[in-house]
Amino acid sequence: MAGVSVSEVAIQGLKKLLSEKEDLDDVAAGAKIEKLTLELQGQKSHSSDPAVQAITDGFTDFKINHFEKYPDFYNELAEGQSPKFLVFACSDSRVSPTFILNFKPGEAFMVRNIANLVPPFNQIRYSGVGAAIEYAVSVLGVENILVIGHSRCGGIKRLMELPGDGSVHFDFVDDWVQIGLPAKSKVVAQGVPADQQLEALEKEAVNLSLVNLQTYPYVKEKISEKKLALRGGYYNFVNGSFELWELKTCISPPIIIE
Amino acid sequence: MAILPSISVSLDLDPQRHTAVLLRTPTISTPFGLHRISVKPQKIFGFKMDSREIEQTRMRLSTNFNSSTLTTKASREPSGLTQELDSKLQAVPESESGCDLFKDMKHRFLSFKKNKYMEHIEHYEKLAQSQAPKFMVIACADSRVCPSAILGFQPGEAFTVRNVANLVPPFESGPSETNAALEFAVNSLEVENVLVIGHSCCGGIRALMSMEEEGDSSSFIRNWVVVGKNAKASTKAVASNLSFDQQCKHCEKESINRSLLNLLTYPWIEERVRKGILSIHGGYYDFVDCTFEKWTLDYEESNLKEANGGISVKDQLFWC
Repeated sequence: MAGVSVSEVAIQGLKKLLSEKEDLDDVAAGAKIEKLTLELQGQKSHSSDPAVQAITDGFTDFKINHFEKYPDFYNELAEGQSPKFLVFACSDSRVSPTFILNFKPGEAFMVRNIANLVPPFNQIRYSGVGAAIEYAVSVLGVENILVIGHSRCGGIKRLMELPGDGSVHFDFVDDWVQIGLPAKSKVVAQGVPADQQLEALEKEAVNLSLVNLQTYPYVKEKISEKKLALRGGYYNFVNGSFELWELKTCISPPIIIE
Repeated sequence: MAILPSISVSLDLDPQRHTAVLLRTPTISTPFGLHRISVKPQKIFGFKMDSREIEQTRMRLSTNFNSSTLTTKASREPSGLTQELDSKLQAVPESESGCDLFKDMKHRFLSFKKNKYMEHIEHYEKLAQSQAPKFMVIACADSRVCPSAILGFQPGEAFTVRNVANLVPPFESGPSETNAALEFAVNSLEVENVLVIGHSCCGGIRALMSMEEEGDSSSFIRNWVVVGKNAKASTKAVASNLSFDQQCKHCEKESINRSLLNLLTYPWIEERVRKGILSIHGGYYDFVDCTFEKWTLDYEESNLKEANGGISVKDQLFWC
């Protein structure tokens, strides 16, 4: 069709112009043309998909009310990040720490997974979590690690319901939440009443994660240098409360027996 | 003689420090006999943990869960202690001492409580019963790219996984935290969209691109970002003549597409995509010039390209 070939010629011409004028090679010139095309499309696009429209509106709001209002702040952030926090939070859609604790861009390196669990040091099995801890502690030099649990956690509920016979209902979820088994044993052994067990386990799992963090060599090192603090948190969205505590390790004076 | 760590818990409550700043506090009964009275009695909880302490003759290493911190509780009356905060930008306190940090957290939470939670209490009460998000989002852990901030996701809207370099490992690589979250979101919550968001200047992608083929395998970062090795290979194949920064940018986007293809290696994901009840999208946030690109995986077309590992996309949008 004549129309198509004319535009093809035009595109080739544009590519050549970009290569010459802006010293871009074929791949980069192609990318630039694509970007321009999308830009033109985007300006008149209005998605029929309400989900997509929601995020379009969300980004527009962010751009106008935040990014463009504080250009110096965002330009500086673009150069590099130096967050003071590494945060572990649950993937649950109701508990974004950015939302409830108002973390600004640049403040918190954030990992979100099911039931906000931190497994013990294991390079083969848990490299994802390990990579985040290694990056945050050794490269970014965060000063605080904050693990936040929450009420009505589906992952913790699954942990509680895990059958003792080792049978598996969810391939991946069950494998993951097993990390919390020591916390579950503790809650059960303490004889917590049945109707309070889930909340107790939600908090106990946070404590377990804090203890597990200490099995990472770089975490241990920074703690001993007093450059890193480990903190636990619990967001209860049923009654609208937030608890915050710290894990401290101390060596008591020796008992001398003579 | 081995020195064994013991875990003992002490409730170290200082009523002087806390009654002045707390509005309503739960009643806590402790071995030390300290109490805080609440207008609305709360559940009594105690950090009564297993305190198997092994007495050593020389040294005892104990790990204390120091709960001498703040518990903030809902108040339906206006509070003199709640400050009006400008939610846009707030200077982060200089001091990092524990007390200041807790105070700061408390103010932030109370501000959320007052301006959002209480303002929409019915919505939050409903959410407390269950969540039904339409999105599952996989984003990078980078502090600058929180999806709640840049795309405005409200509580209840997006089940979110954040890891280094927003990578999705394929089904064959076995269990991981990312695919545990995928399983829950897709099979239990039955989300309608999965959105993988990459971003500019990604440290994880940079580490992937900088990695030597035979390198130090004791690094976690290396063991994880190697999930993106196919993206690195295809980047090198087409863009090796570009500068390193440009190559990284190319790889940032390429790795999103690789993750989208990896999503299809999960049978329960592929089934839903085939039936048209689940859509898979890629997104790229450039925080240097504040733009966002979004595209959707075209399942039928991608299948035709499967032989050479291609991906077909549709519904591309660019916001600037």
